[in-house]
Amino acid sequence: MSNELEYLSRRVASGKLSRRDFLGRAAALGVTAPFANMLLSSAARAEGPVKGGTLKAGLVGGESTNSLDPALMMTQVPFAFGKCWGEMIVELSPEGKLENRIAEEIGSSDDAKVWTLKIRDGVEFHNGKTVTAEDVAATLERHSDEKSKSGALGYMKGIETIKASGKEVVLTLKEANADLPYLLSDYHLIVQPNGGKDKPDAGISAGPYVVKTNEPGVRHVGERFANYWQGDKMGHADQIEVVVINDATARTAALQGGQVNMINRVEPKIVDLIKRVPGVTIRNHAGPGHYVFIMHCNTAPFDNNDLRMALKLAIDREEMLNKVLRGYGSLGNDFPINSSYPLFTEIEQRKYDPDKAKFHYKKSGHDGTVLLRTSDVAFPGAVDASQLFQQSAAKAGIKIEIKREPGDGYWNEVWNKQPFCASYWGGRSTQDQMYSTAYLSTADWNDTRFKRPDFDKMVLAARAELDEAKRKQMYHDMAVLVRDEGGLILPMFNQFIDATGAKVGGWVDDPHQELMNGYALAKCWLEA
Amino acid sequence: MSSPILKLIAQRVALGIVLLLAVSVLIFAGTQILPGDVAQAILGQSATPESLANLREQLGLNQPAYIRYFHWLGGALTGDLGTAMSSGQDIATSIKGRLWNTLFLAFWAAVVAVPLAIILGLIAVRYRNGWVDKLISGLALASTSFPEFFIGYVLVFFFAVKYQWFPAISTVYDGMPFGERIQAIALPAAALTLVVLAHMMRMTRAAILNVMQSAYVETAELKGLSAFNVIRKHAFPNAIAPIINVVMLNLAYLIVGVVVVEVIFVYPGMGQYLVDHVTKRDVPVVQAVGLIFAAVYITLNIIADIGAIVANPRLRHPK
Repeated sequence: MSNELEYLSRRVASGKLSRRDFLGRAAALGVTAPFANMLLSSAARAEGPVKGGTLKAGLVGGESTNSLDPALMMTQVPFAFGKCWGEMIVELSPEGKLENRIAEEIGSSDDAKVWTLKIRDGVEFHNGKTVTAEDVAATLERHSDEKSKSGALGYMKGIETIKASGKEVVLTLKEANADLPYLLSDYHLIVQPNGGKDKPDAGISAGPYVVKTNEPGVRHVGERFANYWQGDKMGHADQIEVVVINDATARTAALQGGQVNMINRVEPKIVDLIKRVPGVTIRNHAGPGHYVFIMHCNTAPFDNNDLRMALKLAIDREEMLNKVLRGYGSLGNDFPINSSYPLFTEIEQRKYDPDKAKFHYKKSGHDGTVLLRTSDVAFPGAVDASQLFQQSAAKAGIKIEIKREPGDGYWNEVWNKQPFCASYWGGRSTQDQMYSTAYLSTADWNDTRFKRPDFDKMVLAARAELDEAKRKQMYHDMAVLVRDEGGLILPMFNQFIDATGAKVGGWVDDPHQELMNGYALAKCWLEA
Repeated sequence: MSSPILKLIAQRVALGIVLLLAVSVLIFAGTQILPGDVAQAILGQSATPESLANLREQLGLNQPAYIRYFHWLGGALTGDLGTAMSSGQDIATSIKGRLWNTLFLAFWAAVVAVPLAIILGLIAVRYRNGWVDKLISGLALASTSFPEFFIGYVLVFFFAVKYQWFPAISTVYDGMPFGERIQAIALPAAALTLVVLAHMMRMTRAAILNVMQSAYVETAELKGLSAFNVIRKHAFPNAIAPIINVVMLNLAYLIVGVVVVEVIFVYPGMGQYLVDHVTKRDVPVVQAVGLIFAAVYITLNIIADIGAIVANPRLRHPK
């Protein structure tokens, strides 16, 4: 960076030069606008966080049935509020690396079966007690117990024994798993005193904010925790508040009216309108979430790979991305992994090809219509997407009949029950998690009924492999298998679209979840 | 007050209680017919047959329905509405705050809407068939014809987003200063007022116009009373019964029918609470809320009845 540019960007950050002037001067120095903007944001970040004030978020995804028990967290509001009051054992950084929190160090045996977590000194709970290895072990124990009904139970089942000794917690796994630290970053695993066994919904952990008000479905307020162990990095605002606003229009109005500083889930169709509102910034970024059409590989007529291939080729991904997501997403390639996963590799993009689709359709010998079930709740715009699919398939001579199902009960009666329907996945943090959750023969949520012993073996082998290059190759091969022989039609990955109001500083895009992986309230600040 | 009136009132109240009991049976039966099962709803997609069976046992879902009904009714009569299945919180405690919020909003909407509707009705009668009458009726009917969410969004667009006089969301909480609270509910109260205004106004107008045809009004006019005094002294007291009826109906609507407005303005009242729990199949909460709504409706109707009886000597002495 030239000295002059650096000088200029610092002047903007300290308010001595307007942004527009800066961009003009930068252009004069031969710098392109995107690069100049980048300089500017890094300078603003270097300027440092501002302490104080109340940061408010208006979020969809809270009900009056929510609980502070981390095991029961499912929707966005408990998730985002949990990141404010809870402290994790380990967390994923925005770059996808592991960030040690309560565990200061994580080590494993060579076969990735025994893992040792070294607990950080001097981390304090909101109730004044120090976080010990026993607390961490108890937390993991509680989430491994069927009775806790924990959302993390699926992964925790793989842990055979949990032992705390001195400052260490030793985990012995049933089967080797190189991804264990990633699994421990699951948002349910908030460390609680004695693992929350005494009172699971007490709302006490070691996060940057202390729970002050908890009115499920209405609002949640946190006050800065004075003894937070890394107060320089998080907990800038004096107080944070989550207001539950499930109605999309009300959420947008609240941001425009200045009642909240940030909102989640801006609808793609209104993004362009919101962008024009002064002071409002759209924060959209890619994540692992995707919209899908799923076929059961073991149910006629979808037990025929030619028919599956015909349908995969008969979907116009580009059109769907543009019309349903208005471009706020990326093309899918019929396997559930994209660049937000650490070990992702590119595979040739599948394109809309009516001729080839016709060929495979003929070869499958199927005659008549194919019944596709869809619903508003399958994903935003699912009904429109199904109709686009119907039209593009018709050009390939494939007749798709659409059955619109009621939203109420869709996840009980249709998804994972009917052989062909629309659905979505939020994605997971590692490939292993994603494949284990939905593509292993034994998985409860194997919603494509993809039951292939050879694939199962590959999943287990990759899980135990510590060599990164080899693992990458294994995941590549698995992706090809799912893409070419599985029951998944994945036209597009969606983006998280959040928005912030004026004066919100410190935003960093995070590919793992919306709202900076839930940390927006804890990591952002109000500019003076 | 004479004893026939007391007797009539006692009769009405007794009738109301019987009705409420009947409604409680209906509510209970209705929630039994709802598709799905609480245990299934709580466990969601991760339900295994064993955990389902365990949870059903734990929640007492295996007992016959009539035993559960009497158990529930006994609890409700003693103020124990049970605990919510989905969150484990005590229902009576969570409903108290919500009900108070709903009543607060309904009260202020009524404080504005009822006098406004009656006065506008009187004015419309005074200038009947003139442009004032037509303007009032036209505007009121238009505001009623628009769906509530549309009125809500229009109010938000102008008064919250454009001019920023009032907040777009009406989140209220304990310990909120009264002034702020009033400011927060200004827009939803306005939306509700616009929705219920026309019905009451038109009814007032029609009821009074009806009496205006009678001979005694003509007499009053002939003895030289001013138009407003004729309405105030002779027409209004005789038209009060149907007006009370329609006012009470609308008050009931303000309490039990505000779901949409509550959702739009993110107001933490009963409607939102009910919707959340219906989707979770949280039967105890749905039953409790249903019972409270029914009680509100029946009580207001009894008041309307009694009011009409007291106001009308003919009803006081039924032949």
